[in-house]
Amino acid sequence: MKKSENQIMLSPDVELNKQVDFKKVGVKICLYLPLVIWTVVTIYPFWYMMVLATRSLSEIFAFPPPMWFGRALAENYQILLERLPFWRNVWNSVYIAVMATITTLFFCSLGGYGFAVYEFRGKKILFNIMLATIMIPALLGIIPFFIMMRYFGWINTPRALYIPGAASAYGIYLMRQYITSSVPLALVDAARIDGCTEFGIYRRIVLPIIKPGLGALGIITFLGSWDNFMGALVILRDRMTYTIPVALRSFQGQAQTDYGAIMVGACIAVLPLVVVFLFMSKQLIAGLTYGAVKG
Amino acid sequence: MTRLTLRNRVERCLRRKAPYIFISPFFAFFLVFGAFPIFFALYLSFHSWNGIATSPMEYIGWENYWYTLTDPMFWQALKNTIVLAIESSVPQHVLGLFFAFILNLGFVRMKNFFKATLFLPYITSTVAVSMVFAILFGYPFGFLNYLFVSLDKLPFFQTIFNWLKIDPPLKWLATPSLMLPSISSLIIWRWTGWNTILYLAGLQAIPHELYEAARVDGAKWYQVFFKITLPSLRPVMQFAITMSVIGGLQIFNEPFIMVGKNGGTSRAGYTLAMYLYQTGFEWGYFGGAAAISYLVFVLILIFTIISRRVLRSDEGVS
Repeated sequence: MKKSENQIMLSPDVELNKQVDFKKVGVKICLYLPLVIWTVVTIYPFWYMMVLATRSLSEIFAFPPPMWFGRALAENYQILLERLPFWRNVWNSVYIAVMATITTLFFCSLGGYGFAVYEFRGKKILFNIMLATIMIPALLGIIPFFIMMRYFGWINTPRALYIPGAASAYGIYLMRQYITSSVPLALVDAARIDGCTEFGIYRRIVLPIIKPGLGALGIITFLGSWDNFMGALVILRDRMTYTIPVALRSFQGQAQTDYGAIMVGACIAVLPLVVVFLFMSKQLIAGLTYGAVKG
Repeated sequence: MTRLTLRNRVERCLRRKAPYIFISPFFAFFLVFGAFPIFFALYLSFHSWNGIATSPMEYIGWENYWYTLTDPMFWQALKNTIVLAIESSVPQHVLGLFFAFILNLGFVRMKNFFKATLFLPYITSTVAVSMVFAILFGYPFGFLNYLFVSLDKLPFFQTIFNWLKIDPPLKWLATPSLMLPSISSLIIWRWTGWNTILYLAGLQAIPHELYEAARVDGAKWYQVFFKITLPSLRPVMQFAITMSVIGGLQIFNEPFIMVGKNGGTSRAGYTLAMYLYQTGFEWGYFGGAAAISYLVFVLILIFTIISRRVLRSDEGVS
C-alpha cells in the first residue's frame, strides 16, 4: 500500500494508467473465470448425455470414458424401442403437459379475474384460505391423492395427472397479482357501460391484456408437469400409460441396464426443451421468475 | 319500459353473482383436490389401513406417530434429509449470490449468454439428468473418476488426495459418506442458475441513489455490501431460501434415481420422501404413510419459521 502510494507520487501519468489497467485485467479474469468454469460444469452433463447416447454399453464403461460421439445411436434407439413403447410414452408426457397447461390457465385466470376485479362478501377469507394452502407441501397430499384416484377409477389414466393440478393455488395467486397490476379497473367499467357481459369482459378485455402472465404460468405448469415423477410413478402402472420419467425409470430396474438406450431416452426428454429454451430464453427466464420476484 | 327494467334486474343479479361464478370452478376443484386431501391425510394418520378398498379402517389413535417416531429408519431418513438439504442449499445460495454479483457488474460481456446457460439445468427433466449424473459418478469408469484418476497422477493433487486420505477411483454412489454430497452436487447443479437469476433481479431492483449516497459518504466496498446490498436483498433471499427448504425437505427424484429406492448402501441416501413412498406404496401402511407426511409437514413448518426468523428484516427494510 505504502509503496504504491509512493509510486503514484513519483511516476508519470502514463505509467500509472498502465498499472491500473493490469489490476483491472487481473480483477476481470478473477471474475470471469468462475463464471466460465460454472458454464462448463453446467453444459458438460448435456454433452456427456449426447455422447453416451451414441455409444454402446462396452464403450460407456471403458477407460477413459468416451468424449466424442460414437456410432451406436441407431442401435441404442433400437433397444429403446424394443423394451418400451417409447414414442407412446413421449406422447403421454406431451398430452398430459398440454392438458395440464390448458386447464390450469383457464381455471386460474378465471378465478384470478374474479378475485382481482370484483368486491364480494367472503372475498378476503376465501383468498386467505387459498393463500395459506400454497405453503402446504405437495408431499402431504400424495397418499390421499392416490386413494382418491383409485376411488374415481383414474389409475392408469392421464387425467389423474392433470385434473387435480388444475386448481393450483399458486396459479390463481399469480393471475390475481398480474390482473391487479396490469388491467385498469376503469377499462373494466368502460366495457361494462358499453354493454359487455361479465364473461365478455374476461374474454375480450382481460385475457388479451394478461397474455404475458398467462405465458409465465403456462411455462411453469408445462415444465412442472413434464418433470412430475412421483405422481406419475404412483398412478401409472401400465407400460402403455407411462410418461417419459416413469418409462426411463422402468428401464433402470431391468437386469442388464442399457445405459446407451437410457441416454437416448434422456435426450428425447431433455433436448426439445433445451432447443425451445435457447430460442426464447429471455422470455422464459422472465416468465419463470415473474412470480418469484413479484411475490 | 317494463321489459327494460326486468332486463336490468336480471343483469344486476348476474353482476352480483358474477364473481362467485368466476371463482366457483376453481374452488370446486380446489376443495376436492386441494383442501380435502389435507384433512383426509390427517384422518388417515390416526387409522390403521392397508390401502385395500374393501378392508376397514381401524382407529388406533397416535400409534402411527409413535411407531414412526420410534422407527430407526425414520431417524436415519430424517438425518439424511436434513444433511442433504443443508449440503445442497448452502452452496446454491452462496454461488447464486456470487454469480449474481458478477453478472450485475457493468463490464461483464455476454450477460444473456451466461444467464441462459446458468438457467438451463432448471428446465431439464429431473429423472433424465439424475440418470446422466449416475453415470457421471459411476464406479470405476465414470467421468468424475476419470478426472480424479488423471489428477492423481500429478504430484500436487496426489499430495492433496493423500492428505484427504482418498484413493481414486471412488465409489461415489456406494460409499455412505460420499452419497449425500454426490446427490447434492446434482441439486446444486440444477438450482444455482435459478437462484442466480433471482438474486440478479433483486440486485437490479436496488436504487442507484443508495450506492451513490454511500460513495459520497465514503463507505468502503464491504460496508456497501453489508449495509446496503445484503439488507436490500433480504426479501429475495427469504423467498429463495424458503423455497430451497420446502423443496429440499421433500427431495425424492434425485436420490430415488441415483441410489435406488432403498437409499443405497446402508440406506445412506434414504430420504423422508422415500420412506413415505415405501411405507405407503410398497409396504401398504397407508395410515403410517399419512402420519409420516404430517411429520414432514411439521418439519417443513419449523424450518420455514426458523429461516424466516433468521432472515427477518430488523428495521423494516424491505
